[in-house]
Amino acid sequence: MALELAFKISGGDFSNAGKASSRIKKVLKQLNIDAKSIKKIVVAIYEAEVNVAAHAWKGEVKATVGEENILVVVSDCGPGIENISLAMKPGFSTASKEVREMGFGAGMGLSNIKKNTDELNIESRKGEGTTLTFRCYY
Amino acid sequence: MDRNTKYHALKVDTEKCFGCTHCMKSCPTEAIRIVDGIAVIDAGRCVDCGNCLRACPVDAIYVVHDGLSQIESYKYRVVLFPSVFIGQFAEVYSEGQIYEALLKLGFTHIFEVEQPVEWLMESIKESRDEVTDGPLISSFCPAIVRLIQCKYPSLVNNISHRKAPHDLAAHFAIQQLKAQGASETEIGIFYITPCSAKMAAVKQPVAEKKSIVTGIINMKDLYNRIMKLIPKHEHIDTTEFRKYLSKEGILWCLPRGETSWYRKKTMAIDGIHNVVKFLERLENNDVPQFDFLELKSCNQGCAGGILLTGNRFLTVERLQKRAARYPRANQITTAEWNKEDVKEKLISEKIEPRPVFVLDENRVRALDKIQKMNKILCQLPGIDCGGCGAPNCHALAEDIILGKARMSSCVFLQKKYVKEQKIKPEKAYQNLEKIWGEKRFDADCNKKGGRNEGF
Ligand SMILES: Nc1ncnc2c1ncn2[C@@H]1O[C@H](COP(=O)(O)OP(=O)(O)OP(=O)(O)O)[C@@H](O)[C@H]1O
Ligand code: SF4
Ligand code: SF4
Ligand SMILES: [Mg+2]
Repeated sequence: MALELAFKISGGDFSNAGKASSRIKKVLKQLNIDAKSIKKIVVAIYEAEVNVAAHAWKGEVKATVGEENILVVVSDCGPGIENISLAMKPGFSTASKEVREMGFGAGMGLSNIKKNTDELNIESRKGEGTTLTFRCYY
Repeated sequence: MDRNTKYHALKVDTEKCFGCTHCMKSCPTEAIRIVDGIAVIDAGRCVDCGNCLRACPVDAIYVVHDGLSQIESYKYRVVLFPSVFIGQFAEVYSEGQIYEALLKLGFTHIFEVEQPVEWLMESIKESRDEVTDGPLISSFCPAIVRLIQCKYPSLVNNISHRKAPHDLAAHFAIQQLKAQGASETEIGIFYITPCSAKMAAVKQPVAEKKSIVTGIINMKDLYNRIMKLIPKHEHIDTTEFRKYLSKEGILWCLPRGETSWYRKKTMAIDGIHNVVKFLERLENNDVPQFDFLELKSCNQGCAGGILLTGNRFLTVERLQKRAARYPRANQITTAEWNKEDVKEKLISEKIEPRPVFVLDENRVRALDKIQKMNKILCQLPGIDCGGCGAPNCHALAEDIILGKARMSSCVFLQKKYVKEQKIKPEKAYQNLEKIWGEKRFDADCNKKGGRNEGF
Protein backbone atom coordinates (compact mmCIF):
# COMPACT_ATOMS: atom_id res chain seq x y z
CA MET A 1 0.00 0.00 0.00
CA ALA A 2 1.41 3.34 -0.93
CA LEU A 3 0.30 6.91 -0.96
CA GLU A 4 0.51 8.94 -4.16
CA LEU A 5 1.04 12.68 -4.06
CA ALA A 6 1.40 14.99 -7.06
CA PHE A 7 2.29 18.68 -7.44
CA LYS A 8 2.78 21.04 -10.36
CA ILE A 9 5.61 23.55 -10.66
CA SER A 10 5.92 26.40 -13.13
CA GLY A 11 9.21 27.71 -14.44
CA GLY A 12 10.33 30.94 -12.81
CA ASP A 13 7.93 30.54 -9.87
CA PHE A 14 10.38 30.42 -7.00
CA SER A 15 7.86 31.45 -4.40
CA ASN A 16 5.92 28.24 -4.95
CA ALA A 17 8.89 25.93 -5.34
CA GLY A 18 8.93 24.30 -1.93
CA LYS A 19 5.21 23.49 -1.78
CA ALA A 20 5.77 19.85 -2.66
CA SER A 21 8.60 19.34 -0.20
CA SER A 22 6.64 21.02 2.60
CA ARG A 23 3.53 18.97 1.98
CA ILE A 24 5.46 15.71 1.73
CA LYS A 25 7.33 16.64 4.89
CA LYS A 26 4.06 16.92 6.76
CA VAL A 27 2.99 13.47 5.60
CA LEU A 28 6.33 11.92 6.58
CA LYS A 29 6.00 13.41 10.06
CA GLN A 30 2.53 11.91 10.40
CA LEU A 31 4.05 8.55 9.47
CA ASN A 32 6.61 8.77 12.27
CA ILE A 33 9.59 8.59 9.92
CA ASP A 34 12.76 9.54 11.80
CA ALA A 35 13.83 13.17 11.62
CA LYS A 36 17.14 12.46 9.85
CA SER A 37 15.53 10.61 6.95
CA ILE A 38 12.85 13.28 6.62
CA LYS A 39 15.48 15.95 6.37
CA LYS A 40 17.36 14.15 3.59
CA ILE A 41 14.19 13.50 1.61
CA VAL A 42 12.91 17.04 1.98
CA VAL A 43 16.21 18.59 0.94
CA ALA A 44 16.37 16.38 -2.17
CA ILE A 45 12.82 17.21 -3.24
CA TYR A 46 13.29 20.90 -2.56
CA GLU A 47 16.45 21.08 -4.69
CA ALA A 48 14.68 19.28 -7.53
CA GLU A 49 11.71 21.65 -7.31
CA VAL A 50 13.98 24.67 -7.43
CA ASN A 51 15.79 23.27 -10.46
CA VAL A 52 12.51 23.11 -12.34
CA ALA A 53 11.70 26.70 -11.34
CA ALA A 54 15.21 27.89 -12.19
CA HIS A 55 16.04 25.99 -15.35
CA ALA A 56 12.87 24.59 -16.94
CA TRP A 57 9.47 25.82 -18.20
CA LYS A 58 7.11 23.67 -16.25
CA GLY A 59 7.13 20.38 -14.44
CA GLU A 60 5.67 18.15 -11.79
CA VAL A 61 6.62 16.23 -8.70
CA LYS A 62 5.13 12.80 -8.12
CA ALA A 63 5.84 11.03 -4.86
CA THR A 64 4.96 7.49 -3.92
CA VAL A 65 5.18 7.17 -0.17
CA GLY A 66 5.59 3.53 0.73
CA GLU A 67 6.13 1.56 3.90
CA GLU A 68 9.90 1.29 3.54
CA ASN A 69 10.83 4.04 1.14
CA ILE A 70 9.70 6.99 -0.88
CA LEU A 71 9.99 7.16 -4.66
CA VAL A 72 10.05 10.62 -6.19
CA VAL A 73 9.81 11.48 -9.87
CA VAL A 74 10.42 15.10 -10.86
CA SER A 75 9.85 15.63 -14.56
CA ASP A 76 9.89 18.82 -16.55
CA CYS A 77 9.52 20.30 -19.98
CA GLY A 78 12.60 22.39 -20.48
CA PRO A 79 15.96 22.79 -22.16
CA GLY A 80 17.28 19.51 -20.75
CA ILE A 81 20.76 18.90 -19.36
CA GLU A 82 23.43 18.49 -22.03
CA ASN A 83 26.15 16.90 -20.00
CA ILE A 84 24.72 15.17 -16.94
CA SER A 85 28.01 14.19 -15.32
CA LEU A 86 29.24 17.76 -15.65
CA ALA A 87 25.98 19.11 -14.19
CA MET A 88 26.37 16.75 -11.22
CA LYS A 89 29.73 18.30 -10.29
CA PRO A 90 29.49 20.46 -7.18
CA GLY A 91 29.85 24.07 -8.20
CA PHE A 92 28.84 23.67 -11.83
CA SER A 93 26.00 25.98 -12.75
CA THR A 94 24.56 27.68 -15.78
CA ALA A 95 22.13 29.71 -13.68
CA SER A 96 21.30 33.15 -15.05
CA LYS A 97 22.27 36.35 -13.30
CA GLU A 98 18.66 36.83 -12.11
CA VAL A 99 18.57 33.35 -10.57
CA ARG A 100 21.89 33.96 -8.83
CA GLU A 101 20.64 37.24 -7.45
CA MET A 102 17.78 35.34 -5.84
CA GLY A 103 20.31 33.30 -3.91
CA PHE A 104 20.27 30.18 -6.11
CA GLY A 105 22.81 28.98 -8.63
CA ALA A 106 25.68 27.81 -6.44
CA GLY A 107 25.76 24.63 -8.47
CA MET A 108 25.12 22.47 -5.43
CA GLY A 109 21.58 21.22 -6.15
CA LEU A 110 22.20 18.03 -8.07
CA SER A 111 25.14 16.96 -5.94
CA ASN A 112 23.00 17.60 -2.87
CA ILE A 113 20.27 15.41 -4.31
CA LYS A 114 22.82 12.68 -4.99
CA LYS A 115 24.16 12.96 -1.44
CA ASN A 116 20.73 12.71 0.16
CA THR A 117 19.18 9.87 -1.83
CA ASP A 118 19.78 6.12 -2.04
CA GLU A 119 19.04 5.68 -5.75
CA LEU A 120 19.17 8.43 -8.34
CA ASN A 121 18.55 8.31 -12.06
CA ILE A 122 18.58 11.30 -14.40
CA GLU A 123 17.27 11.20 -17.94
CA SER A 124 17.32 14.20 -20.17
CA ARG A 125 16.70 15.13 -23.80
CA LYS A 126 18.03 18.35 -25.14
CA GLY A 127 15.24 20.80 -25.88
CA GLU A 128 12.56 18.53 -24.41
CA GLY A 129 13.09 18.07 -20.74
CA THR A 130 14.54 16.26 -17.79
CA THR A 131 13.29 13.53 -15.48
CA LEU A 132 14.85 12.89 -12.10
CA THR A 133 13.89 9.70 -10.35
CA PHE A 134 15.10 9.03 -6.86
CA ARG A 135 14.36 6.77 -3.95
CA CYS A 136 15.14 7.12 -0.27
CA TYR A 137 14.83 4.38 2.33
CA TYR A 138 13.68 5.54 5.76
CA MET B 1 6.45 15.41 38.47
CA ASP B 2 5.99 12.57 36.01
CA ARG B 3 8.18 13.30 32.98
CA ASN B 4 5.60 11.89 30.62
CA THR B 5 2.77 14.22 31.51
CA LYS B 6 3.47 17.71 30.33
CA TYR B 7 2.86 20.43 32.84
CA HIS B 8 0.87 23.39 31.58
CA ALA B 9 0.31 26.70 33.26
CA LEU B 10 -2.79 27.59 31.24
CA LYS B 11 -6.22 26.47 32.31
CA VAL B 12 -9.69 27.05 30.96
CA ASP B 13 -12.24 28.47 33.39
CA THR B 14 -15.27 26.39 32.49
CA GLU B 15 -17.60 28.90 34.14
CA LYS B 16 -16.38 31.76 31.98
CA CYS B 17 -15.73 29.91 28.72
CA PHE B 18 -18.83 30.06 26.56
CA GLY B 19 -17.42 28.20 23.56
CA CYS B 20 -16.46 30.47 20.71
CA THR B 21 -13.74 29.84 18.14
CA HIS B 22 -11.25 32.58 18.98
CA CYS B 23 -8.68 30.59 20.95
CA MET B 24 -9.03 27.57 18.71
CA LYS B 25 -8.24 29.63 15.63
CA SER B 26 -5.19 31.32 17.15
CA CYS B 27 -3.37 28.24 18.38
CA PRO B 28 -0.20 27.56 16.38
CA THR B 29 -0.29 23.81 17.02
CA GLU B 30 -4.04 23.26 16.57
CA ALA B 31 -4.22 22.05 20.16
CA ILE B 32 -7.74 23.31 20.92
CA ARG B 33 -11.14 21.76 20.24
CA ILE B 34 -14.59 22.77 21.45
CA VAL B 35 -16.33 19.96 23.29
CA ASP B 36 -19.68 20.36 24.99
CA GLY B 37 -19.47 24.13 24.67
CA ILE B 38 -16.04 24.46 26.30
CA ALA B 39 -12.53 24.90 24.90
CA VAL B 40 -10.40 21.83 25.60
CA ILE B 41 -6.61 22.02 25.30
CA ASP B 42 -4.67 18.95 24.18
CA ALA B 43 -1.80 18.73 26.64
CA GLY B 44 0.49 16.92 24.21
CA ARG B 45 0.24 19.60 21.59
CA CYS B 46 0.11 22.77 23.68
CA VAL B 47 3.42 24.64 23.76
CA ASP B 48 2.26 27.23 26.34
CA CYS B 49 2.64 30.16 23.97
CA GLY B 50 -0.39 31.93 25.43
CA ASN B 51 -1.95 32.89 22.08
CA CYS B 52 -5.24 31.41 23.22
CA LEU B 53 -5.28 33.58 26.32
CA ARG B 54 -4.66 36.65 24.20
CA ALA B 55 -7.47 35.73 21.83
CA CYS B 56 -10.13 34.97 24.45
CA PRO B 57 -12.80 37.71 24.48
CA VAL B 58 -14.06 36.84 27.99
CA ASP B 59 -10.81 36.09 29.91
CA ALA B 60 -11.75 32.45 30.34
CA ILE B 61 -8.15 31.27 29.99
CA TYR B 62 -5.98 31.93 33.00
CA VAL B 63 -2.52 31.19 34.32
CA VAL B 64 -2.15 29.25 37.56
CA HIS B 65 0.55 30.41 39.97
CA ASP B 66 1.88 29.87 43.47
CA GLY B 67 1.11 33.20 45.08
CA LEU B 68 3.07 34.98 47.76
CA SER B 69 1.89 33.13 50.85
CA GLN B 70 4.78 30.69 51.08
CA ILE B 71 7.54 33.30 51.11
CA GLU B 72 7.23 33.74 54.88
CA SER B 73 8.74 30.32 55.53
CA TYR B 74 12.20 31.43 54.39
CA LYS B 75 14.77 33.57 56.09
CA TYR B 76 16.28 34.73 52.81
CA ARG B 77 13.45 35.63 50.47
CA VAL B 78 14.83 36.20 47.02
CA VAL B 79 12.72 37.64 44.24
CA LEU B 80 13.95 36.98 40.71
CA PHE B 81 12.41 38.84 37.85
CA PRO B 82 13.29 39.47 34.21
CA SER B 83 14.16 43.12 33.65
CA VAL B 84 11.20 43.45 31.31
CA PHE B 85 9.20 43.78 34.55
CA ILE B 86 10.60 47.28 35.08
CA GLY B 87 9.70 48.27 31.53
CA GLN B 88 5.95 48.09 32.09
CA PHE B 89 5.84 50.81 34.76
CA ALA B 90 5.26 54.40 33.73
CA GLU B 91 8.50 56.37 33.72
CA VAL B 92 7.44 58.47 36.71
CA TYR B 93 8.30 55.48 38.85
CA SER B 94 12.04 55.04 39.24
CA GLU B 95 13.60 51.58 39.49
CA GLY B 96 14.49 52.48 43.06
CA GLN B 97 10.84 53.05 43.95
CA ILE B 98 9.86 49.74 42.36
CA TYR B 99 12.63 47.94 44.28
CA GLU B 100 11.46 49.53 47.52
CA ALA B 101 7.95 48.27 46.94
CA LEU B 102 9.36 44.76 46.48
CA LEU B 103 11.12 45.02 49.84
CA LYS B 104 7.87 46.21 51.40
CA LEU B 105 6.19 43.10 50.04
CA GLY B 106 8.53 41.03 52.20
CA PHE B 107 11.41 40.12 49.95
CA THR B 108 14.90 40.44 51.41
CA HIS B 109 16.93 40.18 48.22
CA ILE B 110 16.12 41.40 44.74
CA PHE B 111 17.69 40.06 41.56
CA GLU B 112 16.90 40.93 38.01
CA VAL B 113 17.62 37.64 36.33
CA GLU B 114 19.97 38.87 33.64
CA GLN B 115 23.03 39.18 35.83
CA PRO B 116 25.88 38.64 35.54
CA VAL B 117 24.79 38.03 32.01
CA GLU B 118 28.27 37.89 30.56
CA TRP B 119 28.67 34.43 32.08
CA LEU B 120 25.66 33.19 30.17
CA MET B 121 26.77 34.93 26.98
CA GLU B 122 30.12 33.18 27.21
CA SER B 123 28.47 29.86 27.90
CA ILE B 124 26.03 30.14 24.98
CA LYS B 125 28.87 31.01 22.61
CA GLU B 126 30.72 27.93 23.85
CA SER B 127 27.70 25.78 23.11
CA ARG B 128 28.03 26.62 19.39
CA ASP B 129 30.62 23.90 19.00
CA GLU B 130 28.18 21.29 20.27
CA VAL B 131 25.99 21.74 17.19
CA THR B 132 27.38 19.84 14.23
CA ASP B 133 24.99 20.83 11.48
CA GLY B 134 23.17 24.12 10.93
CA PRO B 135 22.62 27.10 13.24
CA LEU B 136 22.67 27.22 17.00
CA ILE B 137 19.14 28.00 18.20
CA SER B 138 18.60 29.95 21.40
CA SER B 139 16.94 28.02 24.22
CA PHE B 140 15.65 31.23 25.80
CA CYS B 141 11.95 31.06 24.93
CA PRO B 142 10.40 27.86 26.29
CA ALA B 143 7.42 28.07 23.93
CA ILE B 144 9.82 27.87 21.01
CA VAL B 145 11.74 24.98 22.57
CA ARG B 146 8.50 23.06 22.98
CA LEU B 147 7.39 23.99 19.48
CA ILE B 148 10.61 22.57 18.04
CA GLN B 149 10.29 19.43 20.16
CA CYS B 150 6.82 18.65 18.88
CA LYS B 151 6.78 20.08 15.38
CA TYR B 152 10.39 20.24 14.18
CA PRO B 153 12.09 17.20 15.73
CA SER B 154 14.91 17.36 13.18
CA LEU B 155 16.00 20.70 14.69
CA VAL B 156 16.07 19.61 18.32
CA ASN B 157 19.82 19.07 18.24
CA ASN B 158 20.34 22.67 17.18
CA ILE B 159 18.92 24.06 20.41
CA SER B 160 21.61 25.38 22.72
CA HIS B 161 22.20 23.16 25.75
CA ARG B 162 22.21 26.14 28.02
CA LYS B 163 19.73 27.25 30.61
CA ALA B 164 17.88 30.53 30.80
CA PRO B 165 18.74 33.78 32.63
CA HIS B 166 16.63 32.82 35.66
CA ASP B 167 18.86 29.81 36.25
CA LEU B 168 21.89 32.04 36.01
CA ALA B 169 20.49 34.47 38.56
CA ALA B 170 19.28 31.71 40.87
CA HIS B 171 22.70 30.07 41.06
CA PHE B 172 24.42 33.42 41.41
CA ALA B 173 22.05 34.45 44.19
CA ILE B 174 22.65 31.20 46.04
CA GLN B 175 26.40 31.66 45.76
CA GLN B 176 26.18 35.19 47.14
CA LEU B 177 23.85 34.29 49.99
CA LYS B 178 25.96 31.31 51.00
CA ALA B 179 28.96 33.64 51.17
CA GLN B 180 26.92 35.68 53.65
CA GLY B 181 26.44 32.56 55.74
CA ALA B 182 23.03 31.38 54.57
CA SER B 183 22.31 27.68 54.33
CA GLU B 184 20.47 26.41 51.26
CA THR B 185 17.34 25.46 53.21
CA GLU B 186 16.97 29.02 54.47
CA ILE B 187 16.81 30.39 50.94
CA GLY B 188 13.50 30.70 49.11
CA ILE B 189 13.72 31.74 45.47
CA PHE B 190 10.62 33.22 43.88
CA TYR B 191 10.48 33.79 40.16
CA ILE B 192 8.21 36.39 38.61
CA THR B 193 7.08 35.06 35.27
CA PRO B 194 6.13 37.12 32.21
CA CYS B 195 4.29 34.25 30.55
CA SER B 196 2.80 30.78 30.75
CA ALA B 197 5.74 29.33 28.82
CA LYS B 198 8.34 30.36 31.41
CA MET B 199 6.00 29.21 34.13
CA ALA B 200 5.71 25.74 32.62
CA ALA B 201 9.44 25.61 31.93
CA VAL B 202 10.33 26.56 35.49
CA LYS B 203 7.85 24.07 36.94
CA GLN B 204 8.92 21.32 34.59
CA PRO B 205 12.26 22.17 32.97
CA VAL B 206 12.54 20.61 29.52
CA ALA B 207 15.90 19.00 30.12
CA GLU B 208 16.26 19.00 33.91
CA LYS B 209 15.03 16.79 36.68
CA LYS B 210 14.27 19.46 39.19
CA SER B 211 13.54 23.15 39.15
CA ILE B 212 15.82 25.56 40.97
CA VAL B 213 12.97 27.87 41.92
CA THR B 214 10.89 27.58 45.10
CA GLY B 215 7.79 29.33 43.83
CA ILE B 216 6.44 31.14 40.80
CA ILE B 217 4.52 34.37 40.85
CA ASN B 218 2.38 35.78 38.08
CA MET B 219 3.83 39.08 36.85
CA LYS B 220 0.44 40.68 36.38
CA ASP B 221 -0.48 39.84 39.95
CA LEU B 222 2.76 41.28 41.27
CA TYR B 223 2.39 44.43 39.18
CA ASN B 224 -0.94 45.17 40.80
CA ARG B 225 0.50 44.63 44.29
CA ILE B 226 3.47 46.87 43.56
CA MET B 227 1.25 49.65 42.29
CA LYS B 228 -0.50 49.63 45.68
CA LEU B 229 2.74 49.74 47.67
CA ILE B 230 4.94 51.94 45.56
CA PRO B 231 6.36 54.85 47.61
CA LYS B 232 6.13 58.44 46.37
CA HIS B 233 9.87 58.95 46.82
CA GLU B 234 12.94 56.80 47.20
CA HIS B 235 13.98 56.38 50.83
CA ILE B 236 16.71 53.82 50.61
CA ASP B 237 19.50 53.10 48.21
CA THR B 238 18.81 49.87 46.35
CA THR B 239 21.47 50.25 43.65
CA GLU B 240 23.58 47.52 45.27
CA PHE B 241 21.05 44.97 44.00
CA ARG B 242 21.66 46.14 40.44
CA LYS B 243 25.40 46.04 40.64
CA TYR B 244 25.81 43.34 38.00
CA LEU B 245 23.13 44.50 35.62
CA SER B 246 24.23 45.48 32.11
CA LYS B 247 22.91 46.86 28.84
CA GLU B 248 22.89 43.41 27.30
CA GLY B 249 21.04 42.03 30.30
CA ILE B 250 18.28 44.61 30.13
CA LEU B 251 17.74 44.13 26.41
CA TRP B 252 18.08 40.32 26.47
CA CYS B 253 14.38 39.48 26.28
CA LEU B 254 13.57 41.96 23.50
CA PRO B 255 13.90 41.23 19.77
CA ARG B 256 17.63 41.20 18.82
CA GLY B 257 18.50 41.12 22.52
CA GLU B 258 20.55 37.98 22.00
CA THR B 259 21.73 38.35 18.41
CA SER B 260 23.16 41.80 19.13
CA TRP B 261 25.91 40.43 21.36
CA TYR B 262 26.32 37.10 19.59
CA ARG B 263 27.40 38.96 16.46
CA LYS B 264 28.51 36.81 13.47
CA LYS B 265 25.71 35.77 11.12
CA THR B 266 22.52 35.81 13.11
CA MET B 267 18.79 36.28 12.77
CA ALA B 268 16.15 37.30 15.30
CA ILE B 269 12.48 36.46 14.84
CA ASP B 270 9.61 37.35 17.15
CA GLY B 271 6.04 36.08 16.99
CA ILE B 272 5.39 32.33 17.00
CA HIS B 273 3.59 32.31 13.64
CA ASN B 274 6.62 34.03 12.07
CA VAL B 275 8.87 31.49 13.74
CA VAL B 276 6.80 28.62 12.32
CA LYS B 277 7.19 29.97 8.78
CA PHE B 278 10.91 30.34 9.24
CA LEU B 279 11.44 26.89 10.75
CA GLU B 280 9.55 25.29 7.87
CA ARG B 281 12.09 26.81 5.50
CA LEU B 282 15.03 26.02 7.72
CA GLU B 283 14.00 22.37 7.63
CA ASN B 284 14.07 22.48 3.82
CA ASN B 285 17.58 24.00 3.94
CA ASP B 286 15.94 26.90 2.14
CA VAL B 287 17.63 29.68 4.13
CA PRO B 288 21.20 30.96 4.08
CA GLN B 289 23.70 29.67 6.64
CA PHE B 290 23.31 31.20 10.07
CA ASP B 291 25.48 30.86 13.14
CA PHE B 292 22.80 31.70 15.65
CA LEU B 293 19.02 32.09 15.70
CA GLU B 294 17.08 33.98 18.35
CA LEU B 295 13.42 32.91 18.23
CA LYS B 296 10.84 34.42 20.54
CA SER B 297 7.22 33.39 20.71
CA CYS B 298 5.73 36.80 21.53
CA ASN B 299 5.66 39.83 19.30
CA GLN B 300 8.26 42.27 20.66
CA GLY B 301 9.73 39.41 22.68
CA CYS B 302 8.90 39.27 26.37
CA ALA B 303 7.60 42.85 26.23
CA GLY B 304 4.62 41.14 24.60
CA GLY B 305 4.41 38.41 27.26
CA ILE B 306 0.85 37.55 28.26
CA LEU B 307 1.35 38.49 31.90
CA LEU B 308 2.65 41.97 31.25
CA THR B 309 0.56 45.03 31.86
CA GLY B 310 0.58 47.93 29.47
CA ASN B 311 1.57 48.42 25.90
CA ARG B 312 4.43 46.32 24.57
CA PHE B 313 5.89 49.13 22.49
CA LEU B 314 6.02 51.48 25.47
CA THR B 315 7.70 48.72 27.44
CA VAL B 316 10.36 48.33 24.76
CA GLU B 317 10.87 52.10 24.72
CA ARG B 318 11.44 52.31 28.46
CA LEU B 319 13.82 49.36 28.45
CA GLN B 320 15.88 50.86 25.66
CA LYS B 321 16.23 54.14 27.51
CA ARG B 322 17.09 52.29 30.66
CA ALA B 323 19.71 50.16 28.93
CA ALA B 324 21.43 53.30 27.67
CA ARG B 325 22.21 54.21 31.29
CA TYR B 326 23.88 50.91 32.12
CA PRO B 327 27.42 49.68 31.39
CA ARG B 328 28.24 46.94 28.91
CA ALA B 329 28.42 43.40 30.27
CA ASN B 330 32.18 43.22 29.80
CA GLN B 331 32.68 46.35 31.90
CA ILE B 332 31.22 44.71 34.98
CA THR B 333 33.63 43.13 37.43
CA THR B 334 32.63 39.78 38.84
CA ALA B 335 36.13 38.65 39.74
CA GLU B 336 35.21 38.13 43.40
CA TRP B 337 32.71 35.40 42.48
CA ASN B 338 33.13 31.84 41.29
CA LYS B 339 32.17 32.00 37.63
CA GLU B 340 33.13 28.45 36.75
CA ASP B 341 30.87 27.03 39.42
CA VAL B 342 27.83 28.84 38.03
CA LYS B 343 28.76 28.20 34.41
CA GLU B 344 28.91 24.50 35.07
CA LYS B 345 25.35 24.62 36.36
CA LEU B 346 24.14 26.42 33.26
CA ILE B 347 24.69 23.41 31.05
CA SER B 348 21.44 21.57 30.46
CA GLU B 349 20.79 17.98 29.52
CA LYS B 350 19.86 16.76 26.08
CA ILE B 351 16.53 17.96 24.73
CA GLU B 352 14.45 15.13 23.34
CA PRO B 353 12.07 15.38 20.39
CA ARG B 354 8.40 14.91 21.25
CA PRO B 355 6.65 14.46 17.93
CA VAL B 356 2.90 14.83 18.42
CA PHE B 357 1.68 14.79 14.86
CA VAL B 358 2.26 11.09 14.32
CA LEU B 359 -0.98 9.42 13.24
CA ASP B 360 0.00 5.90 14.29
CA GLU B 361 3.14 4.30 15.66
CA ASN B 362 2.68 1.55 13.10
CA ARG B 363 3.66 2.85 9.68
CA VAL B 364 1.28 0.64 7.69
CA ARG B 365 -1.65 1.80 9.77
CA ALA B 366 -0.47 5.40 9.59
CA LEU B 367 -0.34 5.21 5.79
CA ASP B 368 -3.82 3.79 5.78
CA LYS B 369 -5.01 6.64 7.97
CA ILE B 370 -3.54 9.27 5.68
CA GLN B 371 -5.31 7.72 2.75
CA LYS B 372 -8.59 7.70 4.62
CA MET B 373 -7.97 11.27 5.68
CA ASN B 374 -7.49 12.33 2.07
CA LYS B 375 -10.80 10.71 1.17
CA ILE B 376 -12.52 12.49 4.04
CA LEU B 377 -11.05 15.78 2.88
CA CYS B 378 -12.72 15.26 -0.50
CA GLN B 379 -16.05 15.27 1.31
CA LEU B 380 -15.47 18.25 3.61
CA PRO B 381 -16.30 21.68 2.14
CA GLY B 382 -12.98 23.41 2.89
CA ILE B 383 -14.65 26.43 4.47
CA ASP B 384 -12.55 26.15 7.65
CA CYS B 385 -15.37 27.70 9.67
CA GLY B 386 -14.73 25.98 12.97
CA GLY B 387 -18.42 25.08 13.36
CA CYS B 388 -17.44 21.46 13.93
CA GLY B 389 -15.41 22.40 17.01
CA ALA B 390 -12.09 21.87 15.19
CA PRO B 391 -9.99 24.76 13.86
CA ASN B 392 -10.31 23.83 10.17
CA CYS B 393 -11.48 21.06 7.84
CA HIS B 394 -8.08 19.39 7.82
CA ALA B 395 -8.01 19.21 11.60
CA LEU B 396 -11.50 17.72 11.60
CA ALA B 397 -10.42 15.08 9.07
CA GLU B 398 -7.55 14.20 11.40
CA ASP B 399 -9.92 14.00 14.37
CA ILE B 400 -12.26 11.74 12.40
CA ILE B 401 -9.60 9.16 11.55
CA LEU B 402 -8.36 9.27 15.13
CA GLY B 403 -11.91 8.48 16.23
CA LYS B 404 -12.44 11.80 18.00
CA ALA B 405 -15.13 13.18 15.67
CA ARG B 406 -17.49 12.10 12.92
CA MET B 407 -18.31 13.20 9.40
CA SER B 408 -21.60 14.51 10.74
CA SER B 409 -19.69 16.89 13.03
CA CYS B 410 -19.37 19.10 9.95
CA VAL B 411 -22.28 21.52 10.02
CA PHE B 412 -22.54 21.61 6.23
CA LEU B 413 -22.34 17.87 5.63
CA GLN B 414 -24.98 17.52 8.30
CA LYS B 415 -27.35 19.72 6.28
CA LYS B 416 -26.61 17.60 3.24
CA TYR B 417 -27.25 14.38 5.15
CA VAL B 418 -30.58 15.77 6.37
CA LYS B 419 -31.54 16.70 2.83
CA GLU B 420 -30.58 13.23 1.64
CA GLN B 421 -32.62 11.90 4.58
CA LYS B 422 -29.58 10.06 5.93
CA ILE B 423 -30.07 11.54 9.37
CA LYS B 424 -33.07 13.00 11.13
CA PRO B 425 -33.18 16.75 11.83
CA GLU B 426 -33.41 16.09 15.60
CA LYS B 427 -30.28 13.98 15.50
CA ALA B 428 -28.46 16.65 13.50
CA TYR B 429 -29.43 19.24 16.08
CA GLN B 430 -28.22 17.01 18.90
CA ASN B 431 -24.88 16.68 17.15
CA LEU B 432 -24.47 20.43 17.25
CA GLU B 433 -25.40 20.58 20.92
CA LYS B 434 -22.77 17.95 21.64
CA ILE B 435 -20.14 20.30 20.29
CA TRP B 436 -21.48 23.66 21.40
CA GLY B 437 -23.33 22.70 24.56
CA GLU B 438 -26.99 22.26 25.39
CA LYS B 439 -29.25 25.26 24.86
CA ARG B 440 -26.33 27.08 23.23
CA PHE B 441 -28.58 28.17 20.39
CA ASP B 442 -31.44 29.55 22.49
CA ALA B 443 -32.02 33.26 22.12
CA ASP B 444 -30.24 35.12 24.91
CA CYS B 445 -29.79 38.90 24.91
CA ASN B 446 -27.08 38.65 27.58
CA LYS B 447 -25.06 36.19 25.63
CA LYS B 448 -21.32 36.70 25.80
CA GLY B 449 -19.32 37.33 22.68
CA GLY B 450 -20.30 38.17 19.14
CA ARG B 451 -20.83 41.78 20.12
CA ASN B 452 -17.85 43.77 21.29
CA GLU B 453 -15.59 42.51 18.56
CA GLY B 454 -14.41 43.88 15.25
CA PHE B 455 -13.89 47.58 14.91
N1 LIG C 1 15.70 20.54 -14.54
C1 LIG C 1 16.75 21.04 -15.21
N2 LIG C 1 16.62 21.46 -16.50
C2 LIG C 1 17.67 21.97 -17.17
N3 LIG C 1 18.90 22.11 -16.66
C3 LIG C 1 19.10 21.71 -15.39
C4 LIG C 1 18.04 21.17 -14.60
N4 LIG C 1 18.52 20.85 -13.39
C5 LIG C 1 19.83 21.19 -13.42
N5 LIG C 1 20.19 21.70 -14.61
C6 LIG C 1 21.54 22.14 -15.04
O1 LIG C 1 22.49 21.60 -14.17
C7 LIG C 1 23.22 22.63 -13.53
C8 LIG C 1 23.57 22.22 -12.11
O2 LIG C 1 22.38 22.08 -11.35
P1 LIG C 1 22.45 22.24 -9.78
O3 LIG C 1 21.10 22.07 -9.25
O4 LIG C 1 23.53 21.34 -9.28
O5 LIG C 1 22.96 23.72 -9.59
P2 LIG C 1 22.17 25.07 -9.82
O6 LIG C 1 20.72 24.80 -9.94
O7 LIG C 1 22.81 25.78 -10.95
O8 LIG C 1 22.48 25.85 -8.50
P3 LIG C 1 21.86 25.54 -7.03
O9 LIG C 1 21.09 24.27 -7.15
O10 LIG C 1 23.04 25.41 -6.13
O11 LIG C 1 21.00 26.70 -6.72
C9 LIG C 1 22.33 23.84 -13.61
O12 LIG C 1 23.04 25.04 -13.56
C10 LIG C 1 21.68 23.63 -14.98
O13 LIG C 1 22.55 24.00 -16.01
S1 SF4 D 1 -0.98 28.10 24.86
FE1 SF4 D 1 -0.57 28.25 22.67
S2 SF4 D 1 -0.20 26.12 22.07
FE2 SF4 D 1 -1.25 26.04 24.06
S3 SF4 D 1 -3.41 25.86 23.55
FE3 SF4 D 1 -2.97 28.05 23.84
S4 SF4 D 1 -2.56 28.78 21.77
FE4 SF4 D 1 -2.38 26.54 21.70
S1 SF4 E 1 8.87 35.57 24.18
FE1 SF4 E 1 9.23 35.78 26.36
S2 SF4 E 1 7.22 36.22 27.24
FE2 SF4 E 1 6.86 35.35 25.21
S3 SF4 E 1 6.59 33.15 25.51
FE3 SF4 E 1 8.77 33.48 25.04
S4 SF4 E 1 9.75 33.73 27.05
FE4 SF4 E 1 7.54 34.00 27.37
MG1 LIG F 1 19.70 23.69 -8.45
